[in-house]
Amino acid sequence: MTRGADLHHIRSAAAQGLVPTDARLIYFSSASGYTHRFVQKLALPEGQTARLPLITKEPTLEATAPFVLLTPTYGGGDGKGAVPKQVIKFLNVEGNRRLLQGVIASGNTNFNEGYCLAGYIIARKCQVPLMYKFELMGTSDDVTRVREGLEGIF
Amino acid sequence: MTDQQHHLVEAINWNRIQDEKDVEVWNRLVNNFWLPEKVPLSNDAQSWSNLTDDERLLSMRVFTGLTLLDTIQGTVGAVSLIPDAITPHEEAVYTNIAFMESVHAKSYSSIFSTLASTKEIDEAFRWSRENTNLQRKAALIVERYDGEDPYKKKIASTLLESFLFYSGFYWPMYLSSHARLTNTADLIRLIIRDEAVHGYYIGYKYQRNLETLPEEKREELKAFTYELLFELYENEVEYTHALYDSVGLAEDVKKFLHYNANKALMNLGYEAMFPAETTNVNPAILSALSPNSDENHDFFSGSGSSYVIGKAENTEDDDWDF
Repeated sequence: MTRGADLHHIRSAAAQGLVPTDARLIYFSSASGYTHRFVQKLALPEGQTARLPLITKEPTLEATAPFVLLTPTYGGGDGKGAVPKQVIKFLNVEGNRRLLQGVIASGNTNFNEGYCLAGYIIARKCQVPLMYKFELMGTSDDVTRVREGLEGIF
Repeated sequence: MTDQQHHLVEAINWNRIQDEKDVEVWNRLVNNFWLPEKVPLSNDAQSWSNLTDDERLLSMRVFTGLTLLDTIQGTVGAVSLIPDAITPHEEAVYTNIAFMESVHAKSYSSIFSTLASTKEIDEAFRWSRENTNLQRKAALIVERYDGEDPYKKKIASTLLESFLFYSGFYWPMYLSSHARLTNTADLIRLIIRDEAVHGYYIGYKYQRNLETLPEEKREELKAFTYELLFELYENEVEYTHALYDSVGLAEDVKKFLHYNANKALMNLGYEAMFPAETTNVNPAILSALSPNSDENHDFFSGSGSSYVIGKAENTEDDDWDF
């Protein structure tokens, strides 16, 4: 991307209250930080990961390159609220859905059919593959498989 | 003056929140609320009568053991966390947890009264008082609840919620995977779901509290966690053999224990302890726990696994709004 295009992009994004990123892995992690710790363990090169803002009211990210989304699942009840609100806000930006290559979801098997439900919902709505599922902050096997998988794509 | 200050009580204000997690978890617990009366346990009567004598005895003991843990958590454990709460909303969440644990404890009595005779019930409760391993696990946890260390209370509580229940939970999941006592299993799944939120929340609060501690104390608590888990684990192995040898399932149960011990550690922010080759839980059990768990979604491996890709569906922005 040329500098001019880049600047233009930033301007238009700013007009919509969006923060541009060319990260290959965009993720949400709540204050409990499980997903964040999983991403840290992936040890991807700097700039390849971007975390969605914790506060829903803050400007969300705008992807400028193809990326994979990683999200935890909020469990329980009848499955309502399984996708974190911050992720919904991010995916409500049409350009983000266009560049989305796939989704990785975390969860807890204790939630029965709610296990990794956020991943199923996003895969269905955005017509992308649910690439991988893991529990809580992931085991070392999960880390290896996701790291190698992402390297294979990007 | 000091006497007056001592009696000053602060009213809880849900419009001024210090930790959003308190509200999130409160809402989740409220949305998950249930009572045993909504589960048609009596539909299991036929299935119950088809169990062997060994299987019925095992069921009675498993559920009495679980009752004991829920009783501790409801009347001692969750309540003991209240004085150390940082926010008033955290206190409120513990009262919700305490009540729900009492609902769980009562649920087992619903199972008993629906399926078993008074004699069987009384014998099971006598067994729970006399079983060394069951009493030992209770003692190891209550010792921390009675102690002074707020961190160790949360460690013990998370290990109870996320590890100690599972030697018992295995059995209804096993029966359910063979289409037996399926209504009872539905009730147990509701308990399993609640315990996940409880373990997650108490573990989260533990980690938040840790942030203020010096590195040395944090390391000490980490070592304590692994030591206590191992002590509990050794006892669980004996308990598992005592319960499950009669039906030949002890080795299978132990894998389930390893798997859940790792999850309990993660809830406290620590790395898994048991290696993958010891946590390969019987897929039928995992599937009884969560029907989505045994599908292979490893898109990356390219092993021809089926991954979910939705059929064409126009996504409107409105679709996402809740």
